[in-house]
Amino acid sequence: MTNEPHIKIDNLTMGYGDFVVQHDLNCVINKGDIFVIMGGNGCGKTTLMRALVGLQRPTAGTIFYSGEDFWNVPQEDQERLKRRLGIMFQSGALWSSLTLAENVALPLIEYSTLPPRRIDELVSFKLALVGLAGFEEFYPVELSGGMKKRAGLARAMALDPEIMVIDEPSAGLDPLTARRLDDLILELRDSLGTTIVVVTHELASILNIGSNSVFLDNETRTMIATGNPREALKSGDPRVRHFLTRGEA
Amino acid sequence: MKTAHSITGNQEAAWHLETRRIEPDAMQVVFTGRWCIDQDLPSSAALHAELTEDLRRLTFRTDALGAWDSGFLAFLAALRKFCVGRGIVVDQSGLPAGVGHLLTMAFAVPAQKVSDRTGGRQTLLVQVGTETIAFFRGLPEMLHFLGEITLSFGRLLTGRAQFRMSDLWLEVEEIGPRALLIVSVICFLVGLILAYLGADQLRMVGAQRFIADLVAIGMVREMGALMTGIIIAGRTGAAFAAQLGTMQVNEEIDAFKTLGISPIDFLVLPRILALMLMMPLLTLYAGFIGMLAGMLVSTTIFHISVFEYYTETIQALELKHFLVGLSKGSVYGAMVAYSGCLRGIQCGRSAEAVGEAATSAVVTGILLITITASLLTIIYYQLGI
Ligand SMILES: Nc1ncnc2c1ncn2[C@@H]1O[C@H](COP(=O)(O)OP(=O)(O)O)[C@@H](O)[C@H]1O
Ligand SMILES: [Mg+2]
Repeated sequence: MTNEPHIKIDNLTMGYGDFVVQHDLNCVINKGDIFVIMGGNGCGKTTLMRALVGLQRPTAGTIFYSGEDFWNVPQEDQERLKRRLGIMFQSGALWSSLTLAENVALPLIEYSTLPPRRIDELVSFKLALVGLAGFEEFYPVELSGGMKKRAGLARAMALDPEIMVIDEPSAGLDPLTARRLDDLILELRDSLGTTIVVVTHELASILNIGSNSVFLDNETRTMIATGNPREALKSGDPRVRHFLTRGEA
Repeated sequence: MKTAHSITGNQEAAWHLETRRIEPDAMQVVFTGRWCIDQDLPSSAALHAELTEDLRRLTFRTDALGAWDSGFLAFLAALRKFCVGRGIVVDQSGLPAGVGHLLTMAFAVPAQKVSDRTGGRQTLLVQVGTETIAFFRGLPEMLHFLGEITLSFGRLLTGRAQFRMSDLWLEVEEIGPRALLIVSVICFLVGLILAYLGADQLRMVGAQRFIADLVAIGMVREMGALMTGIIIAGRTGAAFAAQLGTMQVNEEIDAFKTLGISPIDFLVLPRILALMLMMPLLTLYAGFIGMLAGMLVSTTIFHISVFEYYTETIQALELKHFLVGLSKGSVYGAMVAYSGCLRGIQCGRSAEAVGEAATSAVVTGILLITITASLLTIIYYQLGI
């Protein structure tokens, strides 16, 4: 973990029409951070993620990637910034008309000049990393929900992105698979220096991998804490403790 | 100063409700009997008239309360909500413990303020008005989509469009061969109708052999393309919208966007191309089937010989009729593909939205076909084709 800001969220407000989902968010995500977005169902975690990856323009405020104003740079610069991101959607979002191998290969085909043989090898390796070796020729409909998520993660890793944004990786996974995904996320950070933004509810996971976090509140519709989740659990805001301990503290 | 007021259901009802002023600004509600959902319980609105401005506190007495279930809870919850709205404090201490706990749980998480809903019941007139306004409001978006498709075609022509040939062939197969049966049935019947219609009119002037001309020109020039267009709107247009809509729900389209791959190139372009390729062929086929039906009717019912019918048909069919029919077919195909893809891409993120997208694709498709059909007819007439 260095102290170089990689992503900076500045007075961010997001909403749908007149409905404000979250307002006045401020956080700094450093290079190599594993940044956890926490909060109750429907508090706006996915919405924040969509703003971070360029799918939904915030109603106010700014998102900086290495100092560049993501939403207000020219289109081609935004495209270039997006190419540094790898995204795993909540549902996996695999392309249904392509096999798993083709899903992972498509970004490589589009954005690299690698020969097909090398692409095949890379694809098999990435699928093996998420525990899906042997499923190359399967179509998304032939997989369970958890497998789709893992395949989505393999696709997000396809281009070795600088930043990975992951929406609820472990929801719906069995404890062992969830643990393996945590290890994978830690490993990606440690060996490739990837900055990781992850939405998760799993207490074990939050404490195990999170180095930084933000807690979005459902009632006040803004953040009520940011920083290391382990410290948030120890001292921090009582509402965060309440949430992290399933209401026991 | 005690004013009591009591409410009971009909004679046999087991529930009973009584209110009394225990203090000048406090009212007590006394529940007796059985308060269960299988009974004809009152609505809390029955008490609204008594919950006057001067009241500050509401208490309950339930010593003579028999069985209760969620019917009782719902009554109390609604009552409590009303009181809170009026600044009346509700004292739950007089309720059975279980009732108190469940009520507290129900109000523990305050109702969330969620996004505007455009739902709710509206009168027919309002609905028609809203839909009409929505249609015109949607026009800029429709034009924008048209622009994006045009750009995508530009990329196709310069060889920079990102799509897979295999997707195109998959669509071609889905649109063409699999539509043959329904196109055959419908166009056979249309040919048959035209033949009967013609026979009846032409008999009056003793020119029954011109049935062949009528059927041939009618089918090749207009009806073949029109009927195929409408069939394809219902079949393929709806399918396009449902497919793209489902991809929208599954965040697949978002996944393309974040990768910088144009969903228009990858998903919309092959579908439009496939329809524009297949529609002229289907139109030709439709015309042929219609003429076949005409011939069958003429030879069996109206005693025109096959040879006579054949030569009449050949004479009637000038090249221009084919060109008109084929051009109409392609245009209708483009309209159907455009509306299907437009509604699919615009689809919301729910299963319900996918259904709406499919319906809307068919409506838009048929509307656009009708508009272009009229325009083309006028244009061709003016050009004398
Ligand atoms: N497309 C949409 N239109 C309107 N409201 C939405 C839309 N998507 C989400 N919302 C609302 O925004 C809020 C936050 O949703 P979301 O970001 O998905 O929450 P979560 O934290 O569970 O991921 C919810 O109240 C939801 O109802
Ligand atoms: Mg979510």
